[in-house]
Order: sequence, then structure tokens, then C-alpha cells
Amino acid sequence: MLSTHIQDQINRELKKYPLDQKQSAVMSALRFVQDEKGWISTEDMSEIASYLGMPQMAVYEVATFYHMYNLKPMGKSTLTVCTNLSCTLCGAEDTVAYLTAKLGIGFGEVTADGKYGMREGECMGACKDAPLMTINNKRLCGKLTPEKIDQILAELDKS
Amino acid sequence: MINIEIDGKLVETAKGSTIMDAAHKADVYIPHFCYHKKLSIAANCRMCLVEVEKAPKPLPACATPAAEGMKVHTHSDMAVKAQKGIMEFLLINHPLDCPICDQGGECQLQDLAVGYGGGASRYNEEKRVIHPKEIGELISTHEMSRCIQCTRCVRFGQEIAGIMELGMANRSEHAEIMSFVNSSVDSELSGNMIDLCPVGALTSKPFRYKARSWELSRRKSVSSHDGLGSNLAVHVKDNKVVRVVPVENDAINECWISDKDRFSYEALNSAERLTRPMIKQGGNWIEVEWVAALEYVANGLRQITQSAGAENIAALATPHATFEELYLLQKLMRGIGSGNVDFRLRQSDFSADGKQSGTPWLGMPVSEINGCDRFLIAGSFLRKDHPLLAQRIRQAVKHGAQVSIVHSAADDLLMPVANQAIVTPAELVSTLAQVLKALASTKQVKLSDEIQALLVSLTVSDAAAKIAASLAGGKQVAVLLGNFAQQHPQAVQIASFAEQIAQLCGAKFGFLGEAANSVGGYLAEAVPFAGSVHGMNAAEVLENPRKAYLLLNVEPELDMHNPQLAMKAMKDADMVVCMSAFKHQGLEYADVMLPIAPFTETSGTFINTAGIAQSFKGAVKPLAEARPAWKVLRVLGNLLNVTGFDYDSSEAVRDEALKGITISDKLGNLTSGVKFEVVTSSPAALQRVTDVPIYFSDALVRRADSLQKTNDSAVPCVKLNNSELQKLGLQAGDAIKVTQGNASAQLTVQADEGVPAGAVRIAAGHPATALLGAMFGTITVERA
Ligand code: SF4
Ligand code: FES
Ligand code: FES
Repeated sequence: MLSTHIQDQINRELKKYPLDQKQSAVMSALRFVQDEKGWISTEDMSEIASYLGMPQMAVYEVATFYHMYNLKPMGKSTLTVCTNLSCTLCGAEDTVAYLTAKLGIGFGEVTADGKYGMREGECMGACKDAPLMTINNKRLCGKLTPEKIDQILAELDKS
Repeated sequence: MINIEIDGKLVETAKGSTIMDAAHKADVYIPHFCYHKKLSIAANCRMCLVEVEKAPKPLPACATPAAEGMKVHTHSDMAVKAQKGIMEFLLINHPLDCPICDQGGECQLQDLAVGYGGGASRYNEEKRVIHPKEIGELISTHEMSRCIQCTRCVRFGQEIAGIMELGMANRSEHAEIMSFVNSSVDSELSGNMIDLCPVGALTSKPFRYKARSWELSRRKSVSSHDGLGSNLAVHVKDNKVVRVVPVENDAINECWISDKDRFSYEALNSAERLTRPMIKQGGNWIEVEWVAALEYVANGLRQITQSAGAENIAALATPHATFEELYLLQKLMRGIGSGNVDFRLRQSDFSADGKQSGTPWLGMPVSEINGCDRFLIAGSFLRKDHPLLAQRIRQAVKHGAQVSIVHSAADDLLMPVANQAIVTPAELVSTLAQVLKALASTKQVKLSDEIQALLVSLTVSDAAAKIAASLAGGKQVAVLLGNFAQQHPQAVQIASFAEQIAQLCGAKFGFLGEAANSVGGYLAEAVPFAGSVHGMNAAEVLENPRKAYLLLNVEPELDMHNPQLAMKAMKDADMVVCMSAFKHQGLEYADVMLPIAPFTETSGTFINTAGIAQSFKGAVKPLAEARPAWKVLRVLGNLLNVTGFDYDSSEAVRDEALKGITISDKLGNLTSGVKFEVVTSSPAALQRVTDVPIYFSDALVRRADSLQKTNDSAVPCVKLNNSELQKLGLQAGDAIKVTQGNASAQLTVQADEGVPAGAVRIAAGHPATALLGAMFGTITVERA
């Protein structure tokens, strides 16, 4: 079952759309689930489908089309490292190598303690801060250096 | 109308139509993949690029509206260059595996690649690979790497089948057609996606690697299943039916067929086929020559006629039999002096016999359904009983029609339903009466005194009022009665009230024909109240057991309204003659088994629910010793000295039966002289609601292996709503015992909120429920 919190959020979202266009809220609904659980399971997608009165497959199409939805557990903090041109020119590869060395995970993997997952990301439109990564798609951390990464991870460890 | 020019040809085309439509009119072929005339426009394959004068670049013909004075070139340098470019792109990821591809030889991509593709590929990099996924027993997606992402299959699901089971997951290079995480494709129309797929990405599982398309001979035929009479092409290799596909007929099945029409052919080659005549002697079955078997039957019938009278013989035929077979069966029976002949095996209310204005039928041509704006559909498992009629209603709804349902089950029709009254079987009549009452007051029409008196004390439920309001607002209304309504013990009351409702709103009123010859059976006079000798109907010959039964492709325990009663009658009879395509339970109670050719092995005629007679020829020779039933009946007629049994073809039989008859004059849905009755009290006990699941409905489909493995063929459960479950102290999944009459069955219980309180739904047509009694009535449910 979708939690009451998620249902409340979806209901608020639904007010933005005509009554017979409930499926318009599908992207938000997926986001609410991911925000709460960290990832979106098959059951979650089914439930969103029945909540919004749309085919499961249509939910699945959306969920797989967009990169930022995690369809498997991606750790408490998902680090998405941009590897597009600007970031790569500014050392994205080093960022990835450093994270891999430190956490022992590559793209698409999660640390054994479930704290961190790493994903490859596309340009976030914030190239001036390259190289960069986001944390759970919410927090942008730019101008990454090994020191800065240590600092961020230390912070996350505590929280 | 606007005028445009395509390759120098002037064409007039409707406003709003596309270049593609105009090209069809002008008979100009524009290559295409994603375009399909029955589906929405996606314009994603770009194969249809053409040059339009004054446009700076090529335009997709399927998505470009024709405009006055437009000049289109489909073969100019610009057009051909664009088409060749697109073909090169399409082939980049498409595996070049035509020699081992099931679609090879009938593949649109292969054909067009010959015309527009290069001799060799310039692409040397790795091709995209998609890992195969299972989507059920009927469609294989094993070579999804061949997909060109035209999305025809996806649009078919959304638009025609009413359920989006396939979709395009992921993005760009990773995009792939698949179903929702490991789920199967369950639509009863799913096989059409195989036809629609322009490449070999979706292939027929039962047909895979059975034959190459150029080895097949194609014979036209007509579906023997539901009452629609879908047009078929039966594909034959080595005198064996290996595939069935639709033949387009816009007035009937358009370009679709149901999965039942498509995959039932597997039964034709089943090991259960009866291949030689057999006689039971001293408790053992021995195979005999036809002559011996038929003489045995003739002698038996003669003896019973002499000793007990011909009225002690009864004939029952499946409504899936051909018109000619039904005609000869009744002619034979009447020839020996018995009027006990019927094909309405699942019907239970025969009180309208002889009072009808004609043969009950759809009440309108099939294609008129699409134009209706209001429907009242009573007592119908619409989607499963009439997959393609449901599809037409779905299209009407898409264009704004409202559907109202009065039924005892709230199955998902895969279309928006405006109003529904889900009531127990006992309340069906009174619910319709309420609709009538509400409608009369909205329309301010005075009903006859008789009806008025019945309606006074009736309280109109909310649902009934809404249905009446919806119907009252319609310009072209259809009131349709389904199989359930026709099988109902008060079928005639249901029909009478429905007819009144139809009259009040100027509606077309019709019956959805259950089987291929539901109309044909009446016209063939295979009913006890027609012809020269009258007799007993399908229920009476069981209630008053006869000494001999002649069964034409009937399996009493699965095909009859009351299997319990039917089996008792069979077991107690002196002689039972089974004319059957299959070995079946008859081996237990019959005395003679005569192997009969199924519809692909005989010529014949089906008269569909709209009264259209469609004749067909045999597609293959009868298997082993099997013979067309019309020939068997002819010989029996001769052996029994019945006059007029020397036909030399089934066409001669048909022509005699239809001599001087215009079918349309014989159709009529009005009943006169029926006393209206409304019972408002319901029995205290649980009432049985019976459906005949789509793949249990006739002898052929029951033996079609692949269909039998689908979810629709699961062993029947007992379905109750949650409140009833609680009352009985049961939980979903519990094993329970249901008892009807003197037998019970052990089944599992399932929660289904679509079953009304006071009712319990148990399917018929399956061995697990074959011991139970009538399809309607009360039934006991208890913990096993
Ligand atoms: S599977 Fe066939 S019909 Fe479906 S998108 Fe691919 S090519 Fe088109
Ligand atoms: S390339 Fe990394 S943010 Fe733009
Ligand atoms: S047929 Fe026109 S774009 Fe596919």
C-alpha cells in the first residue's frame, strides 16, 4: 500500500489536473515514492497505476524512461556523478575513481552496508560547478575534489 | 472534399484526411510500417516519407493532412532518397536473420528492404540485442531484437483491446517492447498483435517453426465459435491446419479475430480426435466399419420407434454445428416421427417458443454497433463471450457512447461503463422493470395497464434511474441481451422488459448470439416447435428421460444447462449415439461413437447473429475415418427410409433448407402473448451465477492446448464477495464444498467484489464443475 503520506502528496498533486487526466500525476507519484523509500518497487508501480487509474505498463514506461527513478535499492544516499562533457573535461573520471576506491562500488552498485549507491548521471545543466554529483537527486555538490568528497561523505555518515 | 495530386494522379479526398488516405484512394502505394488504418497515427517509423511540392523537406504521408492543390511525389528523387535513408536506419539494429525468422516470406520489412534497402550494410558496429521475455502461451517475443519500434502492438492494446499490456520501456537505444515486469499478455484479442507486427518480433507461439509461409495453402473459412462469424483464412500444410488468421470483412470482424478463433485450430490435430466409428459391445469399445456402425444406429432407432414410439428418441445438437448438419438432423428426426430436436443447450426458459415474431438475432447489422450512442447490455459476460462485439462497443464508447450494464457480475469490460446495476440473477427482471418505470416517467409515456399495474409498487433504485436517464438521452440506442440473459430461467421476462425499454427509447433490440449458428439453428428448424412434427425442447427431453439420444457434437456434462440432469438421462438411456469429433465422456455412457469432421474438414454454413449466412468449403480432408456430419446424416436418412435424403453436396442441403426464404424476413425479436411478471422477493440461499469461460465454451476450444494454458483457462474457483465470505466464515484460498442437487464439487474460494451479495459465481464448461446442476438456482457452499 502507498503510505498515507504519499497518498496525501498525490492527492495534492491531482488538484492541478482535470479529473479525467489523473495519469498526469504519475511522475510526481513516482517521485514521492522514491523520496520516501529510496527506490520504486514493482508493487509500488502497480499501486500507483491503480491509484491513478492507468495501466501498469504505462507507469512502467515512465519509470524506465527517466533516469532518476531508482528501480532497485540504491543505498540510503544515491550519489549520481555527472559524466557528460564539461564534467569529464574537469575530472569526472577522477571523482568516479576516488569514490570507487573509497566506497568499493562502481556505477549501479550499492555498498554492503546499504549506505551508498553510485549512479552515472547526465548533464545537470550546472556545468559551471563541474565536476559534480547529486545526492538523492536533491542536493548538488559541485567543484568536487578528494577533500570535498571526504567532507561530504563524513557529513552523510553522521546523518 | 479537397483535390490533391499524387504522382500525377488527381484524387478527391475528405477534408482532414491524410496524404496516406488519399494515396489509398488513388491506388498509389506508399511504403509504411507504423501506419495502420484501424490504429491511431504514431508517425514514428518515417518509412512513408514523400515529397510535397513547396515543402522544404520530405513529409510523412501518414501524418500530413492533405491540403487543396497539394502535389505529392512518392517516387521522386527526394522521396526515394528519404525512403532509402530510413530503410538504412531501420536495418542498422535489425538482425539480418531472415533465413531463420518465422516471419520470413511474409515480412513487411523484408519486402520493403528489397525495394528500398542497400545490397550490403555500411554498419559494422555491434547491433542492439534484447533479452527475450515471456509474455504467455500465445505470443513469442523471443526475437524482440527484430523490433523496429513502430508501436503498432502497443496502440492495438490501448485502442482496440482496451488494455495496454505491451508498452515501450526504457529510452532511445535501450527502448524495448515488453509487458509490465514479468506479467503475461491476457487480452482475448492478443493474437492480432502478431498480425500487426510488421517484422518477426512478435510471433505466434503455437505456429513457430511449423511451416514457412510459402509452403502453406490458404483456404477461406468462417469461425465456428461465437455468434459473430469471423472470416478466417485457414493455413494448411500437408493436409494439416497449422495456422488461422483473419480475413478482412469490415461488416463483420473488420481485420481482427479473437484468440479463440485464432488458436482453437490446435484441437484439430489433438490426440483426442475420434478417428474411427466405435460400438460398445459387452462393455468394451470396438472399432468397426462405418457401414456396421450406421446400421447399428439405424436398427437401434428403428427398434425403439417400434417398441416405444419415435417420441422416445431425442436429438441434441451443438449450436456450433453447421446449418446443413442442423437441418438434416431435424429432418431425420421428423422423418422418423419425432419432434424432439434442439440446439439451445444452455437455455432454460422456453416459454417464448412459438410466440416469437421470428428468429432471435442481433436486431441490427453488426457494423451499426459502432454508431450507437447509448447501450443497455443486460446479462452478458460481454468481453469474454463476444470479444469482437465488445471491441466495437469499445470504439463506440471512445466516440462518446454511454454503456449501461445490468448483470450479475461486474467484470472489467476494458471500457468506461457509465452506469451499472449488479444484482443477483433473481433480481434481473425487477431491475429491468425499474429501468422501464424510470424511463416511462422521464419520457412521460403511459405503459400498458398490465405493465403499469406491475410497476406501481416497484421502487426504482439509483442505478436503474441513472440507466434510464442515460438511455433517454440517446439518439441511437441499442438494448442487447447476452448469453447469461438468454440462459436465465426468466429469459423471456428479461427479454420482454428489455423490449419494452427498447420501444420507449426507439432503440434497436437484439440478442447477442452465443454460438456460430445460434441464428442458423432456428432457420434450420432444429427446434421442437417448428416444422411438421413438434416435440420436446432441450430441457424437457432431460426432465422426461428418453430412451435414445442422438448427440451431435454435444458433451452433455459441459454443454448443457443442467449437466447433472443431462448425465443422468444419458446414463439411463437405452441407446446414446455420439456424433463427435473427439473421444469424450461419451465413452462412459454412449453405445456408438461416430467420428464427425470439425468445421475445417467439411463444407457448411454458419448464419451469424446478424443473420448473415456464410458458407465455406472444407480446408482439409477429414482426418482418418472421420466424415462430415451431413454425409453421416444423409446415410442414416437413407437407412431409415426417410424420403428426400439424396443430396450430393452440402450446398444442395443448404439450398433446400433456404429455398424461398429471405433470411432477413425470418428474423424477429418480438414476443407476443407473454404475461409480464415481476418477482421482487429473492431466495434466502445463495444463488448461482454461472459463466462459461471463454476457453471452455465449445468442444474445439476445450482441446486447444495453448489456449488451455492461459490464465483464462484456470480451474474454476468459487467467487464470492467479501461480505458473503465473512458470513460463511471463509477466506480466499480456502478449499470448499459446493453442493447442488445430489452432487458436490471441491473447489477453492476466491474473493470477487464484482459478485453481488447473495450470489456465488461458479463457472460451467469445466470438468471441475461438471457434476453440478443447473446454471441458475440456489446452491450450498460450505467448508470442505
Ligand atoms: S514488436 Fe512489432 S508491432 Fe510491436 S513495436 Fe516492435 S515491430 Fe512494432
Ligand atoms: S556536463 Fe556535468 S553538469 Fe553539465
Ligand atoms: S508510416 Fe508514416 S511514419 Fe510510419
